[in-house]
Amino acid sequence: MTAPMHDTPTDVAEAAPVEVAAEPAAKKVEGRSLKQIAWNRLKQDKVALAGGIVVVLLVVVSVFAPVIVGLLGHPPNEGNLDQLEDLTNLPKGALGGINGDFLFGVEPNTGRDVFSRIVYGARISMLVAVLAAAVAVVLGTLFGIMAGFFGGWVDAVISRVMDVLLSFPQLLFIIALVSVLPDDLLGLTGSGVRIATLVLVIGLFGWPYIGRIVRGQTLSLREREYVEAARSLGGGARHILFRELLPNLVAPITVYTTLMIPTNILTEAALSFLGAGVRPPTASWGGMLRDALSVYEHDPMFMVFPGLAIFLTVLAFNLFGDGLRDALDPKGTR
Amino acid sequence: MLAYLIRRLGAVFVMVLVVLLTTFVIFYMLPKWAGQDLAVLFAGKNSGAEQLEGIREKLGLSDPLFVQFWDFVRGIPFGRTFANGDDVTNCPAPCLGYSFRTEAPVWDTLKDALPVTGAMAGGAAVLWLVGGVTSGVISALKRGTVWDRSAMVAALSGVSMPIFFTGMIMMGIFVHSLGWIHIDDTLTSQDSLGTWVESLILPWIVLAFLHAAMYARLTRATMLEVLGEDYIRTARAKGVTEPVVIRRHALRSTMTPILTVFGLDLGVLMGGAILTEVTFNLPGLGNEAVKAIDGKDLPMILGVTLCAALAIAIANLVVDLMYAVIDPRVRLG
Repeated sequence: MTAPMHDTPTDVAEAAPVEVAAEPAAKKVEGRSLKQIAWNRLKQDKVALAGGIVVVLLVVVSVFAPVIVGLLGHPPNEGNLDQLEDLTNLPKGALGGINGDFLFGVEPNTGRDVFSRIVYGARISMLVAVLAAAVAVVLGTLFGIMAGFFGGWVDAVISRVMDVLLSFPQLLFIIALVSVLPDDLLGLTGSGVRIATLVLVIGLFGWPYIGRIVRGQTLSLREREYVEAARSLGGGARHILFRELLPNLVAPITVYTTLMIPTNILTEAALSFLGAGVRPPTASWGGMLRDALSVYEHDPMFMVFPGLAIFLTVLAFNLFGDGLRDALDPKGTR
Repeated sequence: MLAYLIRRLGAVFVMVLVVLLTTFVIFYMLPKWAGQDLAVLFAGKNSGAEQLEGIREKLGLSDPLFVQFWDFVRGIPFGRTFANGDDVTNCPAPCLGYSFRTEAPVWDTLKDALPVTGAMAGGAAVLWLVGGVTSGVISALKRGTVWDRSAMVAALSGVSMPIFFTGMIMMGIFVHSLGWIHIDDTLTSQDSLGTWVESLILPWIVLAFLHAAMYARLTRATMLEVLGEDYIRTARAKGVTEPVVIRRHALRSTMTPILTVFGLDLGVLMGGAILTEVTFNLPGLGNEAVKAIDGKDLPMILGVTLCAALAIAIANLVVDLMYAVIDPRVRLG
């Protein structure tokens, strides 16, 4: 369910301390910073690059959704009943009504353009996944770094909170929570409330994964000489945390953010599939699969496109994230 | 060892209590803040004021929140009596209250749903553990070969596939098109073993595919790391044969991180593989949960959450105990 999250143990090992600190001395001799080394490695990793390109494409599609749909499709919420058979309400023609006009066919019962809904669905997926990852990263980094650096009761409290969050039946809890939350909240209405709720809840349950990693890294980094040096020069806790430690955590945090986004996409799709995602008629991939569940016996094509959209997006992010991890890994040989 | 066990069981108890309290507060307080009346949820919108007052009295809905929570928790080991004057309902232990929707005891519904979820999770777990670890080990040993590459591509695809999509594809092929399999959506303990296997075979495969993918990746990475350790070289230098090196020396320490993940995953699944059960329409905990949530059936939501939290906590505990068996360096205490 929360699939890739559980990769953590290996990931922890592989993403071991990454030293980003570009030391000026080394730069003169070598002429290559770690960023450059990583970029060179990434450039050679064709699979990861392909993943990266798909990710960029998806971002473009989500941003320019209205333009793309204007050029190639029909408005996403417009029913094209003339595309449906009269008796069964199934799309006319083979393969779910695919033709030159409707690139991915039409929805059974409503006749809405599947292509347009896939394009608009990308917006929801990306928006929720990226914002939720942002929430998780901010919380995870903040609490992780504090737990690792201060230790003692601060660590104890934060670690226990992370344990509790991780042992929550998350999906169950989120759908239940979404179902009891009112539709109007804090001045937001309609899809806005649902999107905000999804972002906050997914982010809230996601931060312990980042938090644990950041905590572990901080524990080992805080014993380093440069931290001692900063302290003996009179650096306060805030200076050490954000000026000395944080820059050294950027690499693992970047990798985990990339790997967290696909998990969030799957979670969002799962929630929409269970009816706890964005409200119809707003298009979302999971919601389309939910609609497909009752008709795929008769119109199997309808489930193929949203399913493939989720699959390809998540795969692309995973490939890119894996490549990024290998590229930033100081132990890597490539 | 015994002290350790007692301490850990205490921790499980506290953890489950915290999860339960959070759920309780959220589901009994949020509807109130949103202006909903729990008595109306229970009795339906057309009930008279007197009837609602009776329900409030009987279920103790007017009591302070913590009194309500205490009554609920105490009912689990000791049973509970709901009373409103002469109208007395005795709810024997383990009492989790009565469903708002069906008015059946929550525990009875859970009791019927648990075996389905358990059989589904257990069967899938065996499949994926064996399949995932085996292909991960082979991948690690044949690093860089065609087998390794295709296994890892398959694994990444498996991880990226939403389970409800794979499930629908499988259903489409084997249930609807070919008609080979019939899934019984009212699975009970009276049904024959054959019915159970037939209904569960597709969920097993789908769940196993998803998880085996992750386990293969994890096994491969851990195995590669372990194979680089000095003690492996030592074992080889002593003249230990390669199969024994792999099985006795390498695989053993590879299993530790895998077991950690396994415990978590199994716990999560036991607590209700919501997506799988909804996709295949199986009468397990996850499906009950979705129904309960749709019907704002608070006692049922609490009951399922309790089961899920317990499953996760116990699975983690068992895993920690297993560490000591697998890894002789681990001393519990």
